Amino acid sequence: MKTLLEISKLKVHFPVKGGIWMRPVATCKAVDGVSLEIAKGETLGLVGESGCGKSTLARTVVGLNVPTAGKILLDGQKLGGFRGKQGKKNRKRIQMVFQDPAESLNARHTVGQILEEPLLVHRMGSQSERNSRVKELLNLVGLAENAANRYPFEFSGGQRQRIGIARALTLNPEVLVLDEPVSALDLSIRSQVINLLMDLKNRLGLTCLFIAHDLSVVRHLSDRIAVMYLGKVIEVAPAQELLNNPLHGYTRSLIESIPQPDPKMHGKFSVLSGEVPSPINPPPGCPFGYRIRSELYTESIGTALELTEVSPGHWIQQCPCCCPKKKP
Amino acid sequence: MNLLEVRGLKVAFENEKGEDLVVVDGVDLSLESGQTLGLVGESGCGKSVSALSLLRLLPHPAGKILNGSILWKNVDLLSMSSDQIRSIRGKEIGMIFQEPMNALNPSHTIGRQVDEVFLTHREMKQAEAREHTLKMLQKVGIPEPNVRANDYPHQLSGGMRQRIVIAMALACEPDLIIADEPTTALDVTIQAQVLQLMSELQEQSAASLLLITHDLGVVAQTCDEVAVMYGGRIVERAPVSKLFQSPKHAYTRGLLASIPSLTDPVQAKLPVIQGMVPALADLNTGCRFAPRSTHHHEQEWLEVRPPFVEVEENHWVEACPACAVLNKKDLS
Repeated sequence: MKTLLEISKLKVHFPVKGGIWMRPVATCKAVDGVSLEIAKGETLGLVGESGCGKSTLARTVVGLNVPTAGKILLDGQKLGGFRGKQGKKNRKRIQMVFQDPAESLNARHTVGQILEEPLLVHRMGSQSERNSRVKELLNLVGLAENAANRYPFEFSGGQRQRIGIARALTLNPEVLVLDEPVSALDLSIRSQVINLLMDLKNRLGLTCLFIAHDLSVVRHLSDRIAVMYLGKVIEVAPAQELLNNPLHGYTRSLIESIPQPDPKMHGKFSVLSGEVPSPINPPPGCPFGYRIRSELYTESIGTALELTEVSPGHWIQQCPCCCPKKKP
Repeated sequence: MNLLEVRGLKVAFENEKGEDLVVVDGVDLSLESGQTLGLVGESGCGKSVSALSLLRLLPHPAGKILNGSILWKNVDLLSMSSDQIRSIRGKEIGMIFQEPMNALNPSHTIGRQVDEVFLTHREMKQAEAREHTLKMLQKVGIPEPNVRANDYPHQLSGGMRQRIVIAMALACEPDLIIADEPTTALDVTIQAQVLQLMSELQEQSAASLLLITHDLGVVAQTCDEVAVMYGGRIVERAPVSKLFQSPKHAYTRGLLASIPSLTDPVQAKLPVIQGMVPALADLNTGCRFAPRSTHHHEQEWLEVRPPFVEVEENHWVEACPACAVLNKKDLS
């Protein structure tokens, strides 16, 4: 399959300001060398704990953060920023759905205005064309046409997220970036929105970068899953392969810590000790080996932690402490 | 004797028009000592409001308890004076809140906040209180307690902050701990740590736990019994294994089915519960789930509240013909 979106050695660093002059005193390495490829029509799931840099990555892909190093290629062409004339064209091709629909919709605009705005910004269509596009979008996400005259507060959380999805689809983007689109929703509503996303993906042939912290949700929507830990991707594999055969110690713990709705698990906690180290002052070696105080941690200091392909399509960050190389 | 016995609790909030919106509509709960009861439901179902009412912490003056009784060790909490209830809060009943950053005072060190529990309820001297605080911090797994005690909440991670809240709730060895979504704001790996800590400490002190959550996975791991809430009422109550193996109410079955599984093959569509949670003002008097149930319902069922019946030993369900799996004798 053809690669549509390519993220290459992307780094996003933020200065940490301090002292009385608010000068930069340290750097927060939110995303620190991430390379990923998404094929046309594919959905890549990105999972990780809070603070691992997954949202920063998403925001950089849609141009809300400026990369410090590395590049993002869309269809083989480098995305030269999101400002100016060229930037406007780029923005049309990549759209985003945000986590909290209550905060990402303008409360003073009607749903119709919210959905129409992208068309106005890009000066597309006449008034009647725009109106019919709004109706089409509302139908697409399963809302009634009269919703266009109502305000976001009149809708429930699930319906608001449908509006957020419709807005992202207004311009027929090629790539959709979804940042935790269902995390804020209740269980019964969540599965409705997941079904809608699965349906839209198949019908419109969308290419998606789907970000979530919940592996069970990601599994349902993704073809491949990438696991991030402290600014780096540590494992990438086809969805089912990753769950059946996780190779990195962190992926394994992440899967095991999900509480299963099975009373046989009563009182059994799979506990991973420690916490995610700070991205401002990361440990010199493998950050996961450091967290679990692995005996082999010292061996990882100084070794280049690169993603290597261990079986077709299954890449892991090979380090001595988390996924020791098999002896031949 | 039950440690806590709630009967027919009815709580309402006044809206800006001065009308009462009933949020909790006739809830019965009972908790034996040492037991863990899970209270499950979606947002707006009244689970947090029920918990706050137990400690009489409802926002004043909007929230009010219209009806019912809350018997704590056979004394009605609703008839107590504010002074009396204050001596129970934090001493006999501890509370753990969802968002640790909001539960802690940002301008006091964590040591001082834990000290306060001992100073108020145990009437200790400062030095003695600090000694107990350090022991407590050690117990909840804070590394280097004597250094950390001087930290402010913002200097700690989310998981550590929740440990402090737990330390405060458990400081006086309460008989009952009410935990309102204690791990919802935390990551899965940290959630597992906090749940394990809570169940260890609970076992040590033989306290009861009322765990409020929306995550059925957490319930399966930690609770002995579960009560499922919908629209301000408990629709089903059963021991954990029974509820997961043979759920009787359509809502419980819908909830269990809509959890995306980690192991089953990916389906084209996840099972869903049709429709959405009705607004508080639109709630009907009869069975509240019937309009969303896939089975046919008659108008009468929407008007008359179905009885809460015991269909199997310890397994209670709201007996609406459209929503519940019932034997013939249960209906009579």
